[in-house]
Amino acid sequence: MERDENERRIVAGIVENHGRDAHRLLSILREVQRELRHISPRAQQTVAEALGVCVTQVRSVVEFYGFLSAAPLGKFDIRISDSITDHMLGSRDIAAYLCRALAVRPGETRRDGRVSLALTSCTGLCEQGPAGLINGYAIPRLTPERVDRIVELINNDTPLGDWPGEFFAVEENIRLADRLLGNPVRPGTPLERVLAQGREAIFKEIETSQLRGRGGAGFNTAWKWRFCYEGPEEVAVCPPGQPAAQAERYVVCNADEGEPGTFKDRILLQSHADQVFEGMTVCAHLVGAKQGFLYLRGEYLYLYDRLEAVLAARRRGGLLGKNILGQEGFDFDIEIRLGAGAYICGEESALIESLEGKRGVPRNRPPYPVTHGYLGKPTVVNNVETFFAAAAITLHGGEWFASVGTEKSKGTKLLSICGDCSRSGIYEYPFGVTIARILEDCGAANALGVQIGGPSGTLISDKEFDRRLAYEDLATGGSFIVFNRTRDVIEVARNFTQFFAHESCGFCTPCRVGTSLLRNLLDKIAEGHGATGDLAELSRLGRFVRGASHCGLGQTAANPILSTLERYPEIYQARLKTIDFEPGFDLDGALATARRLSGRDDANAHLSQS
Amino acid sequence: MKPSIQIDGKPIPFAEGQTIMEAATAAGVYIPHLCHNPEFEPHGSCKLCTVRVNGRNCSACTFPAADGQEVLNDTAELNELRRTITELLFVEGNHLCPSCEKSGNCQLQAAAYFLGMVDAHFPFFYPARELDGSHPDILLDRDRCIFCELCVRASRDVDGKNVFAIGGRGIDSRLIVNSPSGRLADTPVAATDKAAQVCPVGAILVKRRGFEIPIGERIYDRHTIAEESLEREEPIVESRHD
Ligand SMILES: Cc1cc2nc3c(=O)[nH]c(=O)nc-3n(C[C@H](O)[C@H](O)[C@H](O)COP(=O)(O)O)c2cc1C
Ligand code: SF4
Ligand code: SF4
Ligand code: FES
Repeated sequence: MERDENERRIVAGIVENHGRDAHRLLSILREVQRELRHISPRAQQTVAEALGVCVTQVRSVVEFYGFLSAAPLGKFDIRISDSITDHMLGSRDIAAYLCRALAVRPGETRRDGRVSLALTSCTGLCEQGPAGLINGYAIPRLTPERVDRIVELINNDTPLGDWPGEFFAVEENIRLADRLLGNPVRPGTPLERVLAQGREAIFKEIETSQLRGRGGAGFNTAWKWRFCYEGPEEVAVCPPGQPAAQAERYVVCNADEGEPGTFKDRILLQSHADQVFEGMTVCAHLVGAKQGFLYLRGEYLYLYDRLEAVLAARRRGGLLGKNILGQEGFDFDIEIRLGAGAYICGEESALIESLEGKRGVPRNRPPYPVTHGYLGKPTVVNNVETFFAAAAITLHGGEWFASVGTEKSKGTKLLSICGDCSRSGIYEYPFGVTIARILEDCGAANALGVQIGGPSGTLISDKEFDRRLAYEDLATGGSFIVFNRTRDVIEVARNFTQFFAHESCGFCTPCRVGTSLLRNLLDKIAEGHGATGDLAELSRLGRFVRGASHCGLGQTAANPILSTLERYPEIYQARLKTIDFEPGFDLDGALATARRLSGRDDANAHLSQS
Repeated sequence: MKPSIQIDGKPIPFAEGQTIMEAATAAGVYIPHLCHNPEFEPHGSCKLCTVRVNGRNCSACTFPAADGQEVLNDTAELNELRRTITELLFVEGNHLCPSCEKSGNCQLQAAAYFLGMVDAHFPFFYPARELDGSHPDILLDRDRCIFCELCVRASRDVDGKNVFAIGGRGIDSRLIVNSPSGRLADTPVAATDKAAQVCPVGAILVKRRGFEIPIGERIYDRHTIAEESLEREEPIVESRHD
């Protein structure tokens, strides 16, 4: 009874601290989870009552996000990254070793409540895996020795704060800088230029740069900002040339970076956060926004305090807050909101739903976020690298940026390179660079293929290494994973397919059901139970999921299957049984119970399948 | 000139603000649909209404009509895509058509017939979601739910009770109920509520009504879902845009 009362007080206090604002539901639940190690049905009820919302709203959010749990997690909650690059570095063995040493099974909390362990989607530490999270904090380079130390610390109940700091050290690994990484801007200088030259001149510079969004889709950034500035017809009540002062606008930095193999945004936020915030502030001034959000994926919790410190310094320096740089009426501030383990929240409209305290379900479009975004107001959502580049363009000019790259892809692109290469890390290249050149630079000998743009991109084979990175040829959000000849492409496709099935939000039928069917069918083939018809089915179903799904997740979820089927048909063929049909289950195995019950085990009590 | 779109080459007039679905229904053109019901805000989740608009797949129920649009609707390719969706919905849940009270009145079943679905094609998932029989007048069988959220919308927008929501994620999604116990009996829902009537499949059933109308005389035993839908939904579309 006393414990219940105590829990209620804690929960009510958290809700109070968030001003009883239902839009902050995700932040509230993250805190409840942190304090109480779970969000019990009773706590859900307390939150719902304090916010004046239905308990179903709270429950559905708890159930949607991977890092929230209605059942108690351990005092030490461990998550091991299940991304393909972590697999390649031995994550499955490490996870198994941890489970044995801690006497806990995956997905379970140990009886004494001390520790729980689970697998999780890519943690963004691909070049320093196998990696994991402990109580949300990133812990790279897990080795058996390190694991032994961790087990000891846990068994001794050593508080996380007293663990050796080196366990949590995340490296930067910038390997190649070009015009952006090579010319970091001094805080405030782009903003000074904005104020000196005026809104239209800076819009022009961004236009001249032909900067396209770095989050993958490559939408023209100047246009996006312009649309937001102009707003939808219903808010464009002001005289032309003036943003509607009364209409709110928002600037959102998408730091959800969940695409397996991508970690460039992590490094930008770790080492160049000031420049990213500067880009957001420039954007805010151009579109007339007063409020910004950095939507930071939960996996990057370890960056949170540092980023808050950067924001605080910017406020002190007059670069955020009221009357920025002394300019009357130039008010803008940025709030950091943490995600909670849902890849789909990188999709911009799902991200906005999440910011509003809901499940991350992509909205119907049109209307687009740029006119009807956060709280239905015009909202710019851009990738971290886009804002980072925009700040430099503001300072150095559009021409400076556009003078490299290709016709349709101007400037440089940051790549996070990992997998089978000797120098993984961040590389900055002008668009148009060949894959061969990149492979040489990163020390990838003997490559069988490269996954470009993450699972939602393409796996190209060694016959295509003369292709180029550019919207004209291979577009990318920045993920570049090298596979050498010892790797099994079916296992690669399988890992990615499992990822999508796990991360599907479940809103639309084709993706909700289709990704699970794809996963099951590929499992069947990978395990040697496939027949010729299954390959045809795999490709037909893949094309269906691509064409019928609601958002980018479902539309690209079959890419790993379709692109490997196309390039390595012989590898799939070799995996098949020779018969035309093979059931999805083990006929003979299904008879085992009957054999046991009847006490028979002669030849006639067995069924052969091939 | 009134603005118009072309559906399968046929000009269809529309009013500003109408979706492709609304324009089509008003003109007597059937576009298959399940999560759409003209009495409610469009949802766009089942994707049965997928049409090709200027070469791209779009959901007719949410996509705004715009002058000059070329829409493909009744094509072999689109109908195959839609048939696959009905197959997916059947294998995702446990649909026991021959013994289901909703048989003959069920829109999933009727759409599947209309689209020529003859078998499930895919392996069944056989989910085991919790069944809720706690309410005296209403039965909730989550394994028959197709996540159209019509009950969610009806309870929220018409009944003003907010009884239902979707919980979970991905293939583990399921319908959840707004009460501390999570049971239907502890909510204010009543058999006369819109939410209890609107389910297009047999997931929410009003009890003791089972075989009031005998099999063979039910809605889709007598008419195709296309006929039925145009007859019932056209007047609604018109009233929405009066
Ligand atoms: C499933 C999915 C996940 C996405 N994840 C991200 C992400 O982590 N970061 C990102 O910037 N964009 C992501 N996007 C793209 C965003 O929806 C959006 O296009 C982007 O943030 C726009 O920014 P940009 O114009 O600067 O590229 C994702 C899209 C989809 C469909
Ligand atoms: S495609 Fe997948 S992730 Fe996107 S809305 Fe549909 S179910 Fe959700
Ligand atoms: S219970 Fe019925 S109305 Fe509600 S979401 Fe499921 S199928 Fe739709
Ligand atoms: S009817 Fe349009 S998506 Fe369901």
